[in-house]
Amino acid sequence: MLLSYLKIAWKVLLRRKFFTFISLFGISFTLMVLLVVAAMFDHLVGAHAPETRLNKMLFVNFMHVRWTSGGNQNSPPSYYLLDRYVRPLKTPEKVAVYSNFHATPSYVGNTRLDLDLKYTDEVFWQVLDFNFHEGKAFGGNEVRAAARVAVINRTTARKYFGTDTGVVGRNIEVNQTNYRVQGVVEDVPAMRFSSYADVWVPLTTSPNDLQRVQLNGDYAAIIQVKSEADIPAVQAEFDQMVKRVPLPDPKNMKYMEMHAEPLLASLSRQLMNPFTNYGSDGLTLLFSILSGIALLFMMLPALNLVNINVSRIMERSSEIGVRKAFGATSRTLIGQFLVENIFLTAIGGLLGLLLAYVALQLIGGSQVLAYAHFELNWRIFGVALLVTLIFGVLSGVYPAFKMSRLQPVQALKGGSK
Amino acid sequence: MENILAQSAVRLQTNGAPLATASQPVIQLRDIEKVYQTKTIETVALNRVNLTINKGEFVSIMGPSGCGKSTLLSIMGLLDEPTSGVIELDGRPVQSYSDKELAALRNHKIGFVFQSYHLINDLTVLDNVELPLLYRPGVGGKERRERAYAALDKVGLSARTNHFPSQLSGGQRQRVAIARALAGRPEIILADEPTGNLDSVMGEEIMDLLLGLNREDGTTIVMVTHDEQQARRTERLIRFFDGSQVQ
Repeated sequence: MLLSYLKIAWKVLLRRKFFTFISLFGISFTLMVLLVVAAMFDHLVGAHAPETRLNKMLFVNFMHVRWTSGGNQNSPPSYYLLDRYVRPLKTPEKVAVYSNFHATPSYVGNTRLDLDLKYTDEVFWQVLDFNFHEGKAFGGNEVRAAARVAVINRTTARKYFGTDTGVVGRNIEVNQTNYRVQGVVEDVPAMRFSSYADVWVPLTTSPNDLQRVQLNGDYAAIIQVKSEADIPAVQAEFDQMVKRVPLPDPKNMKYMEMHAEPLLASLSRQLMNPFTNYGSDGLTLLFSILSGIALLFMMLPALNLVNINVSRIMERSSEIGVRKAFGATSRTLIGQFLVENIFLTAIGGLLGLLLAYVALQLIGGSQVLAYAHFELNWRIFGVALLVTLIFGVLSGVYPAFKMSRLQPVQALKGGSK
Repeated sequence: MENILAQSAVRLQTNGAPLATASQPVIQLRDIEKVYQTKTIETVALNRVNLTINKGEFVSIMGPSGCGKSTLLSIMGLLDEPTSGVIELDGRPVQSYSDKELAALRNHKIGFVFQSYHLINDLTVLDNVELPLLYRPGVGGKERRERAYAALDKVGLSARTNHFPSQLSGGQRQRVAIARALAGRPEIILADEPTGNLDSVMGEEIMDLLLGLNREDGTTIVMVTHDEQQARRTERLIRFFDGSQVQ
């Protein structure tokens, strides 16, 4: 019986090519967009090398000053603030401090190469799991000695030296300073702001005055905890510390806020600040908005499916009448249309998966986002397919249910040929 | 319900040989009324119809368009419900039967032949003929195929099994429809103007086929027709006018 249902489902799909196309396009396009967005989201905040231990990491990316005049200032913290107040915290296992990356010019012959440069301490290499192609990271001695050593990524090695192998020990000139290459790592996607750069050098080689007393600056920190269970304690100590930080301009500064948060919460606090005014990390709001958009987005093919299914089933009332006349029960008929809808949705789902894969390959390959590497998110695929399936089933079953409750003679009349 | 189906099974074991059927009622209609009600108008399609169809009979029903012939056939075939009155199949009233029980009864006891064939265009001839057996528990794929082939053989269409209805002539389509009605080996065939869409030669062919089924297999046939000549070839002719039996 199932084979017969599938056979007729396939025939119906082929018979109404345009409607099948619209229907499949709706399902597959929606799934594709959801999968691509999910892949980008995962690319931005998922646990990927070198940020593999995200569950044990808290990020300190921004500080927020409220002025007595009512204004706000939101900027990265200074090295001084992180070094003086965050590093000495007792509860964290490790604290890595690093600068944000900035494009700096470098020259290969007469060709200018803009390289993203990041200043880091030695702990940076301990909390992050970089994949070293060759060589190694710089350690505490090099940082304390302000040694002019650098770790570069493979693409930079290829662009600068023409090869990514055997470049350890060679010199690279960045920002008019010569650095000796100490290690070559795999490329890190540019969307991973905390770990990404083309060239990483000891922060002590920075031309800026690191010890200048100011709250805002151009640095960030990653706090590594021993276990996830320690996070509340670390955050509590962090919050206490923030309250103790003296305001450099108490007359004009009302208060200063800074948070140690998981990566997503840290990004969400920045993204949602127009709505939350830094009062919370805004994660609930962010998820609500994203879920709402996803739901709305999925409603489109669902409504489309309802419409198509209604007309599809109505035009088959004669078939329903015949089936009833020859012994099909209402339940059997609902089952038949259920199988057909599942079949249609499954085809749409597979097409969506294929389209998403192609789209992600194209986006990844185009290098619009430097060093991006997108992966299909099977969990999102499963959820989206399930939701589409539910909509498909409901949209198919409702008209089939209505039709199956008709007297056979009415169904036969409705589809007289 | 089970007894009704069991009787069908006993009949099937006779391998299609005609049974002694003298005055054994298979369908009885008592005071059947069918009224179609709209907001403004009430139309009486059947007016207190009393009718008995005996086992092995070939009965034709004639009357002008709109006199209630097809409605009567639909009610006999449990495709429609009367507004009032009692329908008995093999002496058992069926009013209280559930959707599932009525479906099983239609599946086992009744085969339908419609004027407009009502074949499923997306299925092959063979798949169309298999349809009644699809809803019969215990009949496997192999048996379904064999019985569908046998039914198609009976109507002379065994060479067209893989064709689609759109590839057949009107007469061939009606023969497929008859094969479909036969595949479930029902006791009763209800045919609603089976030759209505066919030319006279094809109409005669179909009529010969139905007469053969009645005479050789003892199948009870009730046929609605407009064709006086064909009606006269059947055992009994019932005339209808304005929802009532007049002869």
